[in-house]
Amino acid sequence: MTLPDIPGTTLFDGAQARKGYGLNKMCYSFNSADNRADFQRDEDAYCSRFGLTAEQRRAIRERDVLGLIAAGGNVYYLAKFAGILGLDVQDLGALQTGVTKDEFKRRLLDAAR
Amino acid sequence: MATLVGGITTSHVPAIGRAIAKNLQDDPYWKPFFDGYGPVHRWLEAEARPDVVVVVYNDHGLNFFLDKMPTFAVGAAAEYRNADEGWGIPQVPPFTGELDLSWHLIESLVADGFDLTTCQEMVVDHAFTLPMALLWPSQAWPVKVVPVCINTVQFPLPSAARCYALGEAIGRAVRSWASGQRVLVLGTGGLSHQLDGQRAGFINKDFDLQFMESLVHDPRWATQFSIHELVEKAGTQGVELLMWLSTRAALGDQVRRVHQNYHIPISNTASGLMVMSA
Repeated sequence: MTLPDIPGTTLFDGAQARKGYGLNKMCYSFNSADNRADFQRDEDAYCSRFGLTAEQRRAIRERDVLGLIAAGGNVYYLAKFAGILGLDVQDLGALQTGVTKDEFKRRLLDAAR
Repeated sequence: MATLVGGITTSHVPAIGRAIAKNLQDDPYWKPFFDGYGPVHRWLEAEARPDVVVVVYNDHGLNFFLDKMPTFAVGAAAEYRNADEGWGIPQVPPFTGELDLSWHLIESLVADGFDLTTCQEMVVDHAFTLPMALLWPSQAWPVKVVPVCINTVQFPLPSAARCYALGEAIGRAVRSWASGQRVLVLGTGGLSHQLDGQRAGFINKDFDLQFMESLVHDPRWATQFSIHELVEKAGTQGVELLMWLSTRAALGDQVRRVHQNYHIPISNTASGLMVMSA
C-alpha cells in the first residue's frame, strides 16, 4: 500500500533504517563523552569506524541536516550529533527550513495564534 | 486490590531539563509552561497520593538502539537510572522500581495478547525523567515506578487503536494487582511538533485542542486515524500522542478532568498537560 507523501517529511521506515544504520549507530555512540571527544579529534577516522557511505560522510562534514536525513539519519540520533556542534532543535529547524533561527522562532510563535 | 487514582499526560521536551537546571521557572518564556504544574502538585498531594507510577513513554536512543527495537517494552528492574543522552542535560536521581507490579503487568499484558519485551536492566531518558521532575520538582521521588516504553522511533509504529488497547490492558492489570497501593499512570510526549525535514517547526493547535478535548468526552476519537494520518496532523514527533492515548485508555470509560494546560511553543513543540482522575 502506497500512502501519499507528507510534504517536507521523511518517515523513518525500514528503507531509511537500512540505509542509515551505520550513520545512526555512530550518532548513538555519541551518548558517551569519550566517543564525542574521539569524533572531535578526527571526524573522518571516526566515520570510517562505522562504515559511513561517501554521501553520509559528506553530509556529516558539511553539517547538511537534510542530507543526513535523506541518507537514512534519524532525527533522534542526529540530535546527538547536533549536540556536539552545540546546536539545539531550533537551530536544526532553521537549518532545514532555510531561515534564520529568529525567523524560525517567530514562525513557532505564529502557530500559537 | 490496587487503586488506579488517575492519569497525567505531559510533554517531555529536553529543553525543560535545561530550564529546570537554570531555575528559569519564572522566566517570561517558561512561566506559562511551568505555571501549569502548580495544580498538578496540589492534586498529587491532596487527592491522588500515588505510591507507584506507571510511566508510559518513548525512548529516544538511550536504552534502545536500532539493533533491537521493541514495539512495547516493560521495565522489571529494581532501579532505573538516567544517563548521558549526548547533549548534556543534567541527570536526575535514580528511581526505585516496583517489581511486583512490573511482573504482574507483564503477566497480565502477555495474557491479554501483548507480546512484550521485558527489561531487567533499563536506563530511562528525558521522556521519563523530565515529566517526573515536573510532577515532583524536589526530585526526592516519593513513588516507585514501572516504565512502559512504546516505539515511536522506527516505523512501523503500533497503531493508535493498538496503543489504546494497550492502555486498557494496563488499566485492567493495575486494578487486578493484589496490593493496597495507589497507582498513577503518567503518559509523556507531544503534543504537535516536528523536528525533522523541511516541515520542521510544524505545529497544529486546532488538532491538539480537539485531541485534548476528545480524551474527556470521546476517548477513542484519535483511534480512527492511521499513524500516517497522525503524522500528517500532529507532525513526526507529535505522534507521541500515542502515549496520551494509552494513558487515557487505562483510566476506564469515565474520567474527571482535574486540570489542563496548553502552551505554544516550548522549544519546537506545542506543550500540553492534562490531569484526569479515574
